Amino acid sequence: MSDERLSVLKTYKLYVGGKFPRSESGRVYEVTDSTGKWLANAPLSSRKDARDAVVAARKAFGGWSGATAYNRGQVLYRVAEMLEGRREQFVREVADAEGLPRAEAVAVVDATIDRWVWYAGWTDKIAQVVGGGNPVAGPFFNLSSPEPMGVVAVVAPQESSFLGLVSVLAPVIATGNTAVVAASEKSPLPALSLAEVLATSDVPGGVVNVLSGRTAEIAAPLAAHQDVNAIDLAGADEALAKELEIAAADNLKRVLRPQAVDYSGTPGTERMTAFLETKTVWHPTGALGAAGSSY
Amino acid sequence: MPTSAPTAQALADVTASDSTLRRFLHGLPGVDTVGLEARAASLGTRSIKTTAKAYAIDLAISMVDLTTLEGADTPGKVRALGAKAVHPDPTDRTTPAAAAVCVYPDMVAVAKEAVAGSGVKVASVATAFPAGRAALDVKLADVREAVAAGADEIDMVIDRGAFLAGKYSKVYDEIVAVKETCGARARLKVIFETGELSTYDNIRRASWLGMLAGADFIKTSTGKVAVNATPANTLLMLEAVRDFRAQTGVQVGVKPAGGIRTSKDAVKFLVLVNETAGADWLDNHWFRFGASSLLNDLLMQRQKLATGRYSGPDYVTVD
Amino acid sequence: MAFEYAPAPESRAIVDLAPSYGLFIDGEFTESAGGDLVKTVSPSTEEVLCEYTRATAEDVDRAVQAARRAFEKWSALPGAERAKYLFRIARIVQERSRELAVLETLDNGKPIKETRDADLPLVAAHFFYYAGWADKLDHAGFGPSPKPLGVAGQVIPWNFPLLMLAWKIAPALATGNTVVLKPAETTPLSALFFADICRQAGLPQGVVNIVTGDGRTGADLVAHPDVAKVAFTGSTSVGKEIARTVAGTRKKLTLELGGKGANIVFDDAPIDQAVEGIVTGIFFNQGQVCCAGSRLLVQESIHDELLESLKRRLSTLRLGDPLDKNTDIGAINSAEQLARISALAERGEAEGAERWSPACELPSSGYWFAPTLFTNVTQAHTIAREEIFGPVLSVLTFRTPEEAVAKANNTPYGLSAGIWTEKGSRILAVASRLRAGVVWSNTFNKFDPASPFGGYKESGFGREGGRHGLEAYLDV
Repeated sequence: MSDERLSVLKTYKLYVGGKFPRSESGRVYEVTDSTGKWLANAPLSSRKDARDAVVAARKAFGGWSGATAYNRGQVLYRVAEMLEGRREQFVREVADAEGLPRAEAVAVVDATIDRWVWYAGWTDKIAQVVGGGNPVAGPFFNLSSPEPMGVVAVVAPQESSFLGLVSVLAPVIATGNTAVVAASEKSPLPALSLAEVLATSDVPGGVVNVLSGRTAEIAAPLAAHQDVNAIDLAGADEALAKELEIAAADNLKRVLRPQAVDYSGTPGTERMTAFLETKTVWHPTGALGAAGSSY
Repeated sequence: MPTSAPTAQALADVTASDSTLRRFLHGLPGVDTVGLEARAASLGTRSIKTTAKAYAIDLAISMVDLTTLEGADTPGKVRALGAKAVHPDPTDRTTPAAAAVCVYPDMVAVAKEAVAGSGVKVASVATAFPAGRAALDVKLADVREAVAAGADEIDMVIDRGAFLAGKYSKVYDEIVAVKETCGARARLKVIFETGELSTYDNIRRASWLGMLAGADFIKTSTGKVAVNATPANTLLMLEAVRDFRAQTGVQVGVKPAGGIRTSKDAVKFLVLVNETAGADWLDNHWFRFGASSLLNDLLMQRQKLATGRYSGPDYVTVD
Repeated sequence: MAFEYAPAPESRAIVDLAPSYGLFIDGEFTESAGGDLVKTVSPSTEEVLCEYTRATAEDVDRAVQAARRAFEKWSALPGAERAKYLFRIARIVQERSRELAVLETLDNGKPIKETRDADLPLVAAHFFYYAGWADKLDHAGFGPSPKPLGVAGQVIPWNFPLLMLAWKIAPALATGNTVVLKPAETTPLSALFFADICRQAGLPQGVVNIVTGDGRTGADLVAHPDVAKVAFTGSTSVGKEIARTVAGTRKKLTLELGGKGANIVFDDAPIDQAVEGIVTGIFFNQGQVCCAGSRLLVQESIHDELLESLKRRLSTLRLGDPLDKNTDIGAINSAEQLARISALAERGEAEGAERWSPACELPSSGYWFAPTLFTNVTQAHTIAREEIFGPVLSVLTFRTPEEAVAKANNTPYGLSAGIWTEKGSRILAVASRLRAGVVWSNTFNKFDPASPFGGYKESGFGREGGRHGLEAYLDV
C-alpha cells in the first residue's frame, strides 16, 4: 500500500428515528479541528429537523419506556461493547475535536465507555433507590415509583464533545426517556459517530436522535416544542440558557440548567432524577374480613 | 343495579342450582372494605341535635326488638320484658312502645300474653338458633311450634357452613322452606351471622340470596358471636335492600342485632338508613334494632331531652 | 314525619378576630410601608370578617431581608433543635385545631366537617412528619450534609389555606431554610393566625414571615433577588409566568398547578364505593381542588346504572352553612371563582352537554353553586378540557381499557387520576400507563404527609410530601 493512497472520507449525517438523513435544509457547515484544519462537512440542522426528531423520539417513547429495566440495561451495555470496538476511531475524533494529545484522548474515550457501563447498570436500580413504599396513616398501600418524563431535549456540552455528551445522554435514556440531542456545535463529529454505534447496537430507532448545527437554531424550537417534556441546557451559554428556559415555560418543561460540571468525576444520580417523574399510587388494604370494623 | 326489573323467569333461572346461584351472587359488584367502612364512619359524624334527636330517639325506641335469648329465661322474665316493651317508660306514657319482644319458641305463648292488645309483636328465633346445626325437619318443627304459639315474626338463622362451602342452593332451599312454614301469619327475618360470613362480599351475597328466597327482613347476627351488627355491615345490607327494591319492586326490611348499646349508636344507624335506603325504611315495619340494653339508654336520653338533666340508671327499669 | 337534621352549628366564639392585621415580619406584626388595607369576607355570607394589609414591594423586601438575616443562625442550628421547634408547632396546631378549623371555614367557606376532619389533622401531621426529618437529612438519599438554599419565597392558594402553608413551611424549615410566605388574597387569616403559633412556639424571629396581599405582592416576592427558592401552588397560567420570571436565575423552583383528573370506573368496580369516590373526587371542597376527579370516565356498559346511583347519592348532599356540622357542600370561595364556574358550566350547556343538579336550595347571600353533573360530554367539550375548579363533574364514556387510558392522558395536565376495578392486574396495568403524579385506585383524594404529591406535564413539577418533598428545599 503506497503512502499516496487517498483515504475514503466519511459523510457525516444526522441520526433521526434510527435512520441517517441529511438535513432537510440541504445545508452543511465546516467542522475543523482545534488548529482550524478541515475535518468534515456536518449537516446544519434546521427547525424542521428538530421537529422530525421530536416526532421520532415520541414514537419511540412507548416501547423504550415500556421495556423492562433489565432489557434497557442489556441494550445500553451492548452500546458499551460497540464503543469498545470503535475505540481507536473515537480516540482520533476526540483528539481532533478537542485538541488533545493521544494519551489524553485515550483517557477520555476510556472514561466515556466506562460511563456507559456505569449507566447501563443503573437502569434496574434507580427505582429502588429513589422509589419505595410510603407509610401513610391509614389502611392504604402507597408506593412511589420513578417514571421517565418522555422526550428530553439535550443541549450537549460544547467543550467535552464525547465524554460530556455521553455523561448527559446516557442518564436520560437509561431512565427510559427518549432524547433529541443537539451535538456540540464546534465538535459534532464524535456525536455523529456515536449515532452510528447506537444504530448498530440494539437501541431502538428514535430513542436517541442526534442533530448537528447551530446550537441556538436547534435548541430554540426544541425548547418551545409542546411535545417535549424536558430539556437539559448543559451546552447552552448564559444568554441562550435564559432564552430557552423562558421558552420552555410555555408547556412547563422540566429544565436542567447549565452548571459547572467536571465530567471526569464519578456522577451522582442527579442527572437521572432530573428526568424522572415520581408517580404515587394508592390502594386500599383494609382488614381481611368484615370483623375489623367498629364504631 | 340495572334499571329495568328482570322478569320473574330470570330470577327463577338464577336460583335453579348451586352454579347458577354462584354465578349470580359472585357477579354482584364487589365491596371495597376500606371504602365501605369509611362511608359508614363518615355518616357516623352526622350531628343529630334537638328536634332531630328527639325524633330519632322515639323512632329508635319504636324499632327495638327487645330481646332475651338466654338458657335461664323464665316466664317471669319474659313477662317483665313484655311489660317493658309495651310501656318502656312507666313515668312517661308518651314514650312509644317497642316494636317487638324476641324470645325462644317455648316462650312465645308467654310473650304473646304479655303484650296482648298492645300492638307489640312477638318475634321468635327458630331453626336451631343460634348455630343452625340441625336437620331441616327439626328446624321446620321449631318454626311450626313458634308460629302455632302465635309468633308474628320468625328470626331464622342460615346454614353458614353450607354458605361458606358454596352450597348456595341448600341455604336457599332452607329459607324457602321456612318461609313456607311461616305462611301468611309470620314475617320472616333471615339472620346471616355476618361475623361468621366474615367478608363484606359474602354479606352482600347472603343478602341477595336471602331476599331471592323470600326474606321479609335481613338481619345481621344472633348476638351470640364476637362481631355482631356494625355500621359497615348494616350499611352494606341497606344498600342491598335498596338495590333489590330498585330491581324487583319488593321492599325488604333490615335488622342489625347485637352490640348496639347506646342512643348515640342507634342514631348513627338511623342516619345510615336515612341516607342509604331512604325515608321509606324509617319505620319499624322496615327497620329494627335487635337489642336489650339499648332501650334503657334511649329512655335515659329521652328523659334528658325532656327535662334538660342527665338521667341515671335508677330512673329506668331493670328487667 | 321525615328525619330532618336540625341545625348543628359549630360555635364561632372560639375565634377571636382583630379588626385589622398588619404584616408578620421579623417576629412581629408590623405596619406596612404604604400598603392599603383590604377586606376579607366570609364567602358563605359576604360578611366582612376583618381587614388585612396588602404588602408593598418595600414590605416584601423587608420580609426577605429579615428572613435572610435569620437564615444564618437557623441553618446553622443542629437539626435536632430545628426539629423540636417543628414538633412544638405541630402540637400547638393540634391544641388550637378547633379554633383554626372554625377560622378556616369562616374565611374559606368550606364545611367545618372538612376543616375539622381533613385540613387540620393533615396540617399537624405534616409538621410532625417533617419535624422528624430535620436531624436525619444525612440519611435522606441526597448525599452527606445536604445544604439548605436560603430564603424560600412561597405563594399559596385559597383552597386549602393552612394545609398549603404547612406543605410549604414544614419542609422548608426542616431543611434549614427561612421563609417568606404569601397567603392567597381571599384567605389570609389562617396564615396570620399561624404567625401567632410561631410566636407561641418561640420560633426565632425572621424564620417565618407572612406577607399578605394579592398577585402583585406574590410577583414582588417571586422576583426578589434574595429569594433562593420559589414554591408556588396555584393556577397553571401563573405558574408559567413564575417559570419565566425565574428563568436565567439560580432560584430553585417547584410548581404545583392545575389538573383535569380522570376518574376511571370499569364495569367490575365496587360500585357503591366508586360512587363515594366520585363524590369525594369532585365535591370535596366544592371541587376547588387541583387534583379533583373532574372527568368521570365510565365504561359505557354501566353508564346508565352508575349515573342513576350517582344522582341518587348527590340528592343526599347537604349544601349550606359551612359551620353546620352536617354540611357536605359549602360556599364557593369568591365571587370571581363563582363567576368562572358559572361561565364554564354555561359553556358546557351551550356546547350541548346535558346538565343536571339535585334539587338544592341555595342560600340567598354568599357565593354558592349547586353540585352539577354534565353527561354526554366528549373530549372535545370545553368542560372536559379546562379546569373548572368547582363542583362540576363531566361524564364521558369509554369502551376498553386502552380507550380509557388514552382519554385519561389526553390533556396537558397530569396531576391525578382514579381507577375503579376489582381486578388487581388491571389496576396495576392502568396505573402504570396513566401520566399523572398521583393515582388513586379504589379510593380518591387521599393525602398524607409521607406520600409525595405533584404533577406531570402542565400540572407542575417537584413533589411535596415524603422524602421526595425534601429535595425542593435542598441544594442538590
